[in-house]
Amino acid sequence: MTPIPTATGRHRRLSAAWAVLALALTAACSNSSGSSGAQAEASPLTGDCAKYQAYAGHAGTKVTMYASILSPESDSLEKSWAEFSSCTGIKITYEGSNDFESQLPVRVAGGNAPDFAIIPQPGLLAQMVKSGKVVKPPAQTVANQDKWSPVWKTYGSVNGTFYAAPMSANMKSLVWYSPKAFKQAGYQVPKTWAEMMALSDRIAASGTTRPWCGGIGSGTATGWPATDWLEEVVLGSYGGEVYDQWVSHKVKFSDEKITTAMGTVAGWMQNPAWVNGGIGDVKSIATTTFQDAGAPILTGKCAMLQQASFYRAQWPKGTSIAPDGDIFAFHLPAVSPTVSSPVVGGGEFLAAFAGRPEVQAVQNYLSSSDWASSRVKVSSGWVSANQGVDKSLYTDPIDRISADALTDPAATFRFDASDLMPAAVGAGAEWKAFTAWFAEGQAIPKVAADIDAAWPQ
Amino acid sequence: MPTDVPTHAAGVLRLADSTWTDASIKLGNSLGAIAGFLGVLLVVFFAAGRAKGRLTRPLAVAVLLGPAALLLAVGLVVPLVRTVFLSFHGDDSTRFVGGRNYGWAFTTPGIHDVLLTTLLWLVVAPLAATGLGLVLALLVDRMRGQAVYKSLIFMPMAVSLVGASIIWKFVYEARDPSQPQIGLLSQLAVSLGWEHPPNWILEQPLNNFLLMAVMVWVQTGFAMVVLSAAIKAIPDEITEAARLDGATGFQLFRSVTVPMIRTTLVVVLTTVMITTLKAFDIVRTMTGGNFGTQVLANEMYSQSFVQFDVGRGSALAVILFLAVTPLVAYNIVQLRKERSVR
Repeated sequence: MTPIPTATGRHRRLSAAWAVLALALTAACSNSSGSSGAQAEASPLTGDCAKYQAYAGHAGTKVTMYASILSPESDSLEKSWAEFSSCTGIKITYEGSNDFESQLPVRVAGGNAPDFAIIPQPGLLAQMVKSGKVVKPPAQTVANQDKWSPVWKTYGSVNGTFYAAPMSANMKSLVWYSPKAFKQAGYQVPKTWAEMMALSDRIAASGTTRPWCGGIGSGTATGWPATDWLEEVVLGSYGGEVYDQWVSHKVKFSDEKITTAMGTVAGWMQNPAWVNGGIGDVKSIATTTFQDAGAPILTGKCAMLQQASFYRAQWPKGTSIAPDGDIFAFHLPAVSPTVSSPVVGGGEFLAAFAGRPEVQAVQNYLSSSDWASSRVKVSSGWVSANQGVDKSLYTDPIDRISADALTDPAATFRFDASDLMPAAVGAGAEWKAFTAWFAEGQAIPKVAADIDAAWPQ
Repeated sequence: MPTDVPTHAAGVLRLADSTWTDASIKLGNSLGAIAGFLGVLLVVFFAAGRAKGRLTRPLAVAVLLGPAALLLAVGLVVPLVRTVFLSFHGDDSTRFVGGRNYGWAFTTPGIHDVLLTTLLWLVVAPLAATGLGLVLALLVDRMRGQAVYKSLIFMPMAVSLVGASIIWKFVYEARDPSQPQIGLLSQLAVSLGWEHPPNWILEQPLNNFLLMAVMVWVQTGFAMVVLSAAIKAIPDEITEAARLDGATGFQLFRSVTVPMIRTTLVVVLTTVMITTLKAFDIVRTMTGGNFGTQVLANEMYSQSFVQFDVGRGSALAVILFLAVTPLVAYNIVQLRKERSVR
């Protein structure tokens, strides 16, 4: 541009630049006008769609959802809201990730939060609420909450404010086994902890089968199944009160009660004669993913696996899951007979990071008993503690065991402890220290001290 | 949704409504952004071109350096200042805690091990990659069809570190001796008569070297290509003169080749070192930092994003930055030296 331009030439260039800018502005504006135009008048829904009238009026909109649920479980989830989606015209874009726990905070902090996240840990929910990006649920979602027992509302709340409605509930206190193999060998399902230990010894003595399988590998969350084992033993040994004190660190990991419980876990899942059927030695538990851990039950290499009700989805297609089938599960017995039906459970909570009307419509629908029933109908392996769900809808006996236990008033129910502890412990030190405990055979006092040291001051 | 229209065309049309609107809006936005950017540039250049007299030089400097300086400020300086600021604050960055995070980093035994492992990586991986690259450069240069070998050796460079880690994870996979092995290394060990090969990834400190092997695998090609170019740049007269003086192969290598490519060697070594210091993908993918393989970069990530202790994570980031800075500075000095030689 060094040659001096003529007056007309200069004028032409300037106007070209302005035209370009104007074009940019119109293009930028077209985005907002595009989405507001989509919220046209709600026309009444008819036929099968009539029941979604309350959620109508958002045709052509899109919401995004991010969670740790992977296929095939996520396929069922998407199927459960397919009708809602096609009737209301709200498209739900689902994304599942194995690294959800670590990626969600990154996305939220980076201003790239999804509209919804299905958060399986109240601790993570609290962290997200702290970021200030979680949007409080609409009134209808809060009202839908009365179909769940009150304890769930506290788990979906942070500092007394309710943020996220539970979507699902699961029961962790199950032991998977093969009824066929048990019948063949003449084993009885144990009713007490002592019976279970005696059975383990008997199976180990048979020589061909190890009594237990295990795997704690899970990407960045490696170690969590081991924390579950301790939770089962703590709740089953001492009951709810000690468990609650442990969660709030009034009872430390180095407390004699907890180290004794860790000793019980070591005698159970770190017994070289009892584990790790078909995969390797005790240490191989640390490198086996929890998804792969149960497979040797089907080939008779091991007999039992302690895993949650959602493990139902890990069995290959065609495996018959029934009281007389290839695979079934029994309620893990209490360590101490004085504790009445201990149930360690988990759940998933739907947190919203946006308050757009279509997001609220989806939030309302996913907290309703209608959606819960719809999800139950799609496929088994999913349980809700929503009282509005007809229990006869559960086609799978595992789901019925879980649903009964989760709503049983006599049961000692507690939420997964590591999910309630601060992230530095529940998602950090405890996973890490337990992985080292299994992989390197570290001494229990050191494992306990490592975790206590990480507790935030 | 109509189910009685089974043709593919119907499927496309059904997609069309929302997808096409969405695509056209996004395309419009992108084009608008590009046009706007060009428009701003046009105005700036025009203004710079019209400037006369004393304004010409400062304006030219501003126009040419401005965007780079702005991007550096936004992408490097601001985050750096913020990270340093955060490193003196507590886990949720609200309280000032002084040097407590640094004290924690240098006194906690777990973090001690992390720093030591990182140091081990820093020494072993770059030396191995550069040494191997040098040997390969010398050997391959004398072969026929060297282009083929070179591309083969260079190929891993094109694989992301996560991809490479997954490949090697399969190599190290171990199964109970009673089962068929699916890992290459275990199967090799079994074939050679080792009945109970270990679970490789669990064996300390062996597992650290197994992880470094991935870095070496990826970086050797880079070292080889750069060093090979430097070797070829040595003038033939010098080599010939040395030969006439009766230098043997190894003497030639030691007294002529290595001194002639010294600056390049240093540049390659420091470049790989910087990559090694930043490496967290390998550790994260293969062990998640468990089994005594944690390194600084991965610990920084897990402190910040898994345990939500932004203060500690930032302190580790600052330590990492301070460790990289002298390497980068030295690297730049050497690069300049090399350029002035040419």
